[in-house]
Amino acid sequence: MSDATNASPALLDVRDVSKAFGAVEVLRSVSLQVKRGEVVTVIGPSGSGKTTLLRCVNFLESYDSGSIRIEGKEVGYREAGTRQRRSERDLAAMRAETGMVFQSFNLFPHLTAAGNIMLGLTKVRGKSQAEARQIAEHWLGRVGLAHKADSLPAELSGGQQQRVGIARAVAMEPKILLLDEITSALDPELVGEVLAVVRSLAEDGMTMLMVTHEMAFARDASSRIVFMADGGVSAVGPPKEILAAETSNERLRTFLARFRASHF
Amino acid sequence: MGYALNFNLIWRHFDKLWGGLLLSLELAVISIAIGTVIGLVLAVWYVSAGRVVRAIIAAYVEFIRNVPLILLVYLVFYGVPTVVDLAYSAPTSFVLTLSVYSGAYLVEVFRSGLEAVPRGQLDAGKAIGLTPWQRLIHVRLPTMLRITLPALSNTFISLFKDTSIASVISVPELTFGAQWINFNTFRIVEVYLVTTAMYLLTGYILLFGLRLVERRFRAAR
Repeated sequence: MSDATNASPALLDVRDVSKAFGAVEVLRSVSLQVKRGEVVTVIGPSGSGKTTLLRCVNFLESYDSGSIRIEGKEVGYREAGTRQRRSERDLAAMRAETGMVFQSFNLFPHLTAAGNIMLGLTKVRGKSQAEARQIAEHWLGRVGLAHKADSLPAELSGGQQQRVGIARAVAMEPKILLLDEITSALDPELVGEVLAVVRSLAEDGMTMLMVTHEMAFARDASSRIVFMADGGVSAVGPPKEILAAETSNERLRTFLARFRASHF
Repeated sequence: MGYALNFNLIWRHFDKLWGGLLLSLELAVISIAIGTVIGLVLAVWYVSAGRVVRAIIAAYVEFIRNVPLILLVYLVFYGVPTVVDLAYSAPTSFVLTLSVYSGAYLVEVFRSGLEAVPRGQLDAGKAIGLTPWQRLIHVRLPTMLRITLPALSNTFISLFKDTSIASVISVPELTFGAQWINFNTFRIVEVYLVTTAMYLLTGYILLFGLRLVERRFRAAR
């Protein structure tokens, strides 16, 4: 695609990003790269900064220092080393290049499933109603909800709402999809249907950065796993390496041990 | 003792009441429409503004809410024209007053509604690349409306009743019509009974209509 203008091989390049909420440092010099087609999963104890990191990538949160680039383009701030925030219009345009799926779905309650997907297509992508409707129906079909196009969010189960949330994000054809603990608010029996959708997107080559507590899914679906602790990246590697019980990283070992104890 | 009810004189002058009711409704509709615009604009401005603008809007709301409407009506009708060179009719003066008055109440209704829109929805709007203006129009306002409709209905009904205050500056609305009949027939009980019934009935009809709108919106939730 735009490989010519892309100095870094990484689609997403996070470098030395730090952020503090008052006296609390939530991100400490975090660096992380995601290549095109990769699925990178961020794991770690709650409060370790995973969600904040994800929200920095599409600038739902600002950060204090460091840089976040997508295809070589700085996300939230103007180029040339200044810490000047982009205009709201520029920010909106940048955000349209990333898709995000939220823990609490965050569907627009007054719009139908199709309407939720069409809003960005018509208002941001400038597509006609008919065209947008077609795209919405295509993606609703992909997530197994073709028959729910005209249902309102309140008429859908959590798992269905989340699948609409995914469809809403991918219909915009984002360069990278950000998934923020997308199964955490779901009843256990609904988790599978959502993860199946994510898996099929991964198979299509969708680039993804996700935060999850579903370790089995992280192991099977990820190209790499990033372990965060206390706002910093503590370990990065292929799933087998990171999730190995005999890792030498003590924090990771404790996290995994605790995790296993509470989940099995 | 022994007051015998006699409605004949009331029916003979019923056109005063009927015409008054229509004028009351007209005053209410125009004032509420203007007040809604004031309320919406200020509420949207408030939630996105800095401290100074917020303080100014809050001062307007506080002022209006702590001064009796009747005083504001006198102030605008008798006070303002003596200070500045302005001439307006009593109905215009009242509409002006009730608009500014309802605006203050509606700012509060809309502001609390805007602030009650879940942050996640705004995040979702940002995430798909909507500009701030688009987020306001397509995400925030529709949700706000849904949240505020019940409070909005109550405020509208209350403002409709407030039109009776216009009688103090001789605007021939319903209450003024009732006073006129009272002065000319001395059938005080009858005329106020009929007038009360007319306010009640109109209020109920309005409320019924607004509840229908609410139900439509709630169904679409």
